[in-house]
Amino acid sequence: MRPEYDLLVIGGGPGGALAASTAAEAGLSVGLVEKRPAIGVPIRCAEGVGRDLLEEFMDPDPAWISAEIDRAVIVAPDGYRMSLEPSMAGSEVGYVIDRKRFDRELVMRAGEAGADIQVKTRAILPIMENGTVCGARIEQNGHVQDVRARVVVAADGIESKFSRWCGVDTTVPLAEIETCVQYLMTGIDIDEAATVFHLGNEIAPEGYVWVFPKGPRTANVGIGISGRKSRDGHRPIDYLNRFVRSNFPDGRVVEWIMGGVSVCPPLEKTVADGLMIVGDAARVSDPITGGGIYNAMFTGRLAAQVAADAIAKGDVSAGALMPYDSGWRTSKLGSALRRNYRIKEYFIRLTDEKLNRLVHSISRLDLAKFSTLEIIKELIRHDPGLLLELKAIRELL
Amino acid sequence: MLVIRREICGYCGCCVSVCPRGALELIDAYLSVEGECSSCGICARACPLGALEVADEA
Repeated sequence: MRPEYDLLVIGGGPGGALAASTAAEAGLSVGLVEKRPAIGVPIRCAEGVGRDLLEEFMDPDPAWISAEIDRAVIVAPDGYRMSLEPSMAGSEVGYVIDRKRFDRELVMRAGEAGADIQVKTRAILPIMENGTVCGARIEQNGHVQDVRARVVVAADGIESKFSRWCGVDTTVPLAEIETCVQYLMTGIDIDEAATVFHLGNEIAPEGYVWVFPKGPRTANVGIGISGRKSRDGHRPIDYLNRFVRSNFPDGRVVEWIMGGVSVCPPLEKTVADGLMIVGDAARVSDPITGGGIYNAMFTGRLAAQVAADAIAKGDVSAGALMPYDSGWRTSKLGSALRRNYRIKEYFIRLTDEKLNRLVHSISRLDLAKFSTLEIIKELIRHDPGLLLELKAIRELL
Repeated sequence: MLVIRREICGYCGCCVSVCPRGALELIDAYLSVEGECSSCGICARACPLGALEVADEA
């Protein structure tokens, strides 16, 4: 690492990588540090991403695509399976990717664009001067170094410690962390072109179980539940083992993946003097699905664009960086996050009986496009009883 | 005090995100208590595997 950069990025996930490559392409000097010894490892992800969303950033490459998905199956608490078919192709059809390769590809692109990359390197303190973030103290293999930067991008994921050290409260409320475990399983009978979501308070309280194909007879089988529902004997690992015993008793587990995803509203402010916060660290993962790959890439790219402008104008105050904050909030992503948060608040209160009714109703819909928004719009049109139930969220659409 | 059962911990960082005091820090594959832990137990609830435990002070 050089002693000084225009932009210092903390974290080498998709958010950090997009910030670094975008900034380097704009001509800024960029350093990126990743605390893990490898990019993309260990995985903390179910690896699903929408086709349209991904293609906003790059062409799909077989090198990091594990499976192409053209339908989704929702399984109600009573076991009723509802299939959303390829004819309803829309934004939530997509890919299951290989994050180990995908993340590495993104960071390598940042490197090719001119960013300095350093792995096994942890930011241990921000450098603060008069309340402005001016860089970070980093440590690699016991070697400590101060790296100054005009702007620091905190892309440090769910932990989001860097911003906290800078005085931004990033705490996720217990009720709004989805605590997750996933097995990569082989030797299981799956539909290789469908993502499957199992709902129900017995199966996954305030969450869901997912089966995302990773190739022939192979899938990410995982669960997320609300932190407030988690306790001894009722942890994600317990629910997952129960699910696997009854659904894939002969499957083999070749990888354990753990992690947390926030389903709270985004941080109230994602900029401070000299600091921008992106991706999971900014709590911009989707409150319904938990998906965060696109959201991280989108915020990472936008942060770098705004940083480049601010640096060119010689003002990196929170006010000068605000176009990033207001930019993502007023984007399609920002409004989706607001809407989906309120929909999530509604859905987590549903009993299994109501969830059953909901899934049965959705299966009778004639959907032109398969997306959360379309499903809810159609539901309201279709089921007069549910209309009352959904009144609270109707105004959001 | 907070006990970290390292044989169970999957070093995923879920606990770090919910700690109201920012007392937990994940250093690659090593979770450590670095700030002032109040033994509130929120992290223990959030852990997907059950690696954290608030033990009674002796």
